Amino acid sequence: MIRTLPTSKTYNRCFKLYIVFYFVFLFAPLFVTCVLAFNDSQFPSLPWKGFTLEWFTANLPQRVGIFNDQINLDSIWVSFRVAFFVTLLSLAVGTCASFLFEQEDFRFKQGLYFLMLAPLVVPGVILGISILLFSNTLGTHFETSWNLDVELFRPGFWLVVLGQFSFIATLVTLVVSARLRKFDRTLEEAAMNLGANRFEVIWHITLKFLRPALIGAGAVAFLMSFENFNTTLFLVGYEATLPINLYLQVRDGSTPVINAISFLLIVGTSLLALLNLYFSRKSK
Amino acid sequence: MFVMIVLPHIDLLIMSFRIENDEGQQIWSLKNYLNFFEEPIYWLTFARTAIYSILVTFLTFVIALPVAFYITKVVKPKYQGFLLVLLLLPFWVSELVRVYGWMILLRESGVINHFLLKAGLLKQPIEMLYRDSTMILGLVYTSMLFMVVPIISVLDSLDNSLIEAAYDLGANMWTILFKIIIPHATPGIVSGSIVVFMLTLGNYLTPNLMGGKNSLWFTEQIYNQFIASFNWNQGSAFGFLLLVLSSIVVWLGLKLTRQNLKKVVQ
Repeated sequence: MIRTLPTSKTYNRCFKLYIVFYFVFLFAPLFVTCVLAFNDSQFPSLPWKGFTLEWFTANLPQRVGIFNDQINLDSIWVSFRVAFFVTLLSLAVGTCASFLFEQEDFRFKQGLYFLMLAPLVVPGVILGISILLFSNTLGTHFETSWNLDVELFRPGFWLVVLGQFSFIATLVTLVVSARLRKFDRTLEEAAMNLGANRFEVIWHITLKFLRPALIGAGAVAFLMSFENFNTTLFLVGYEATLPINLYLQVRDGSTPVINAISFLLIVGTSLLALLNLYFSRKSK
Repeated sequence: MFVMIVLPHIDLLIMSFRIENDEGQQIWSLKNYLNFFEEPIYWLTFARTAIYSILVTFLTFVIALPVAFYITKVVKPKYQGFLLVLLLLPFWVSELVRVYGWMILLRESGVINHFLLKAGLLKQPIEMLYRDSTMILGLVYTSMLFMVVPIISVLDSLDNSLIEAAYDLGANMWTILFKIIIPHATPGIVSGSIVVFMLTLGNYLTPNLMGGKNSLWFTEQIYNQFIASFNWNQGSAFGFLLLVLSSIVVWLGLKLTRQNLKKVVQ
C-alpha cells in the first residue's frame, strides 16, 4: 500500500506503469506540438521531412514564420497588454479585499464574502455574456439620456480587461488571504508603538510579509488572463487576444505556424511557472 | 480606509453584473424559456451537457485518485517534489495549445494514425477526432489538474499510521480504500469535483474543436444565439438556465457531502 508496508511485486509494477501512462498522457500532446513546429512540411503532421526553423523566421510567399506574421504578433501584444492591466488591477483590488475580509469586521461580511466567491462558481461563458449585456445596457442608457458615447461599454480592450478582472481578482484575494491569515498582528502593533503611522506599517511590515504571496498571485493572474478564452470570447472587439486569434486559425485549418506559436507559449509559460515555483520555494 | 469602504461597493457592483439576465427590455415574457422546452434540440443539448459533465467529473476522479495517492504515499519522498512539478507544468500551458496537441495526435492524418499505419495495425487511417469519446477525453485532460491538486493536499494530511493500523488488523486494499482513504479525502474530492464540473459545463473550446457536428455543447448554443443569430434574449435565457443548473448541482453536491462552500474553497 504505502511506503512502509510490504507489497507484492506485481502490485508495485502495475502502479508504476499506471503512473508512467498517466504522464505520457499528460505530455504527449505538448511534446508532439513542439516537435512538429520544426518539421519541414506544409502541414503539422508526420512524416518527418527534416528539421527547419522556417516556421519561426521565414518570410516566403507560401510560408510566413511567426516572427513575420503581423496578425499573430499583434494579438500577442494585445494579450500582453490585457494581462498586464488585469494583473495590476486585480493585485491592487485583491490585496485590499483580503485586508478587508481578514482584518476588519463589518455588517454583511458573510454575505459579501459569499458574493466575492461567486465568480468561482459561475461558468466563464456566463460571466462573459452577463458583462456584455450589462455594459450594453449601460451604453445605450448613456447614449439615450445624455447623448454620450462611452468607449468603455463597447466590446473591446477595456471590457476584456474588466471581464477578466472580475474573476481573477477573486483568485488573488484567496491567495493573499491565505498568507495574511498567518500574519502575526503583534508585529503591526509593535511598529505602531515604535512610532510608525498606519501607512508606514502597511508598507514596511504587512506588504513585506505578503510579498511571496503577491508575486505568486501576480504570476497566476498574468497567466490566467493571458490564456483566458471563455470570458474573452464574448467581450472581444476588433483587437483579438492571442487565444481568440489562435482559435480562429485552428478552427479553419492548421499550419505549423500554430505549432510555432504553441512552442513559444509552452516554453514561455514553463519558464514562468518554474520561476514562480523557485521563488515560492525560496520564501519557505 | 477610504479604499476599504469603497471597495465592497465596487465589488458589489461587479457582482451585480451577474444577475443581469433580463429577457427583453420592452416586454416581459416567458417565450424564451418556452422556446427552450419546445425545441427538442435545445433541451436535449442541455441534458447531454449535464450528463456528460457528470461523467467527465467521475472519470477525472477515478483517474486522479491513484495518481494523487502515488505521489503522496507511495513514491520515495525524494522524487515527490519533482513529480509534483511535472504534474503541474502542462496545466500552465494554455488550454487551446493542449487541445491543439490532441487534434494533431488524433486526426485522420495525425500522429497516432501515422504510427499505427507504419506498424501495420491499420490498413486505412481512421478518424479519431470529432467523436463523443474524443471530446470526453479532451475534457478529462483539460480538467485533470483541478482534481489532482485538492486530493493531493488532503491526502498529505492523512496519517500513514491509520493505513498501517488497518493493514495490521487484516484489512485488504479495497477496505482500506473505501473505509479510510476516501472518507478522509472527501473534502478534497468534493472541491475538486465542483471545480471540474463547473469548468466542464462552461467549457467551449474543447467540445467545439474536438467534438463533431453531432456533439453540440450547451455553451455553443449560447454562443450561437449571441454571436451568430444575434438573439441576445434567447441567449441570456440559455445562460441563465446553465447558471441555474450549475448552481443546483454544486448545491446538491455540497448538501450530500455536508460541506460548505467556504470550507471547500480553502
